[in-house]
Amino acid sequence: MPSPDDHWLDEEAGPVVRPYALTRGRTRASGETLDLIAIITAVRGVRVDPSSLDPEHLAVLRLCRLPASVADLAADLDLPLGVVRILLGDLQERSLVAIHHPIPPARLPDVQILKEVVDGLRRL
Amino acid sequence: MDSAASDRAGRPGHMPVTIKILIAGGFGVGKTTLVGSLTEIRPLRTEEPLSEPGAAVDRLDGVERKSTTTVALDFGRITIRENLVIYLFGTPGQERFWFMWDELARGSLGAIVMADTRRLADCFPSLDYFEQRGIPFVVGVNCFDGARRYRADAVRSALDLDPGVPVVLCDARQRASCRDALIALVEHALQVLSRRKEQAAAAAHAPAR
Repeated sequence: MPSPDDHWLDEEAGPVVRPYALTRGRTRASGETLDLIAIITAVRGVRVDPSSLDPEHLAVLRLCRLPASVADLAADLDLPLGVVRILLGDLQERSLVAIHHPIPPARLPDVQILKEVVDGLRRL
Repeated sequence: MDSAASDRAGRPGHMPVTIKILIAGGFGVGKTTLVGSLTEIRPLRTEEPLSEPGAAVDRLDGVERKSTTTVALDFGRITIRENLVIYLFGTPGQERFWFMWDELARGSLGAIVMADTRRLADCFPSLDYFEQRGIPFVVGVNCFDGARRYRADAVRSALDLDPGVPVVLCDARQRASCRDALIALVEHALQVLSRRKEQAAAAAHAPAR
């Protein structure tokens, strides 16, 4: 029988810090809602004072040194989308990330890109 | 001068083009399996804690009021080439998560609506959703082991589909089969978008009377 001193707070216990504690209770980002497939890129050449940011902000910045989508960031950080959006809003306010909004298919300048997608899928 | 940085900032052509495709259908119809068969990375999942909208109908016996619940969002990624990436999102199956669909559907290229011939009615709400919003979709009939096989046109008439909507038989566990369903969707979306562009152009050029 396991003793009470065993690790009762294991992975199955879930996150120990409630996700929205990371955002100080905020549940909505300040700006517009970021699309799941918006591409985020850390702005280069900006000096970041690590003490002015939370570890989660720094983790986001590390992950988007190369362009990464909002959905990818949420999965990689294992954080809810809502939390990631708030963190990104904070970083955007400080001009630390660039956000590239996806083009809706109806406004694609050229539907040829979809033919390229079909050809690419056939090669899978 | 850091030329790489200025390149990245100044040339939008270098940013990835991302395409969003939804995998819809009833609970347990094989959406997660299909995403898993196609994705180049492990199927990703993000948990979204929800407050009010889900809680209102999320009653459990003995629990007067549940303030939060979570919805898991499955997604996968297919890189066509550098800077051209497809994201697949499985829509939450339970009806109480419907409010999330609008966010998922916004800007999407289209959807594969998965159907199980043993419970066809489960996909009706998905069909209605995409029809009403004019989002291109195909129906993927998941051929479960032990389920009676039907021809695509039999499924089409049972679902009372518009003649233009493709119906494909697929096996969500087989990558090639899922890929073919995805190709059918992208080709269908391409047709729908091209037709809309032509109609818009014709309307713009019509002589004013």
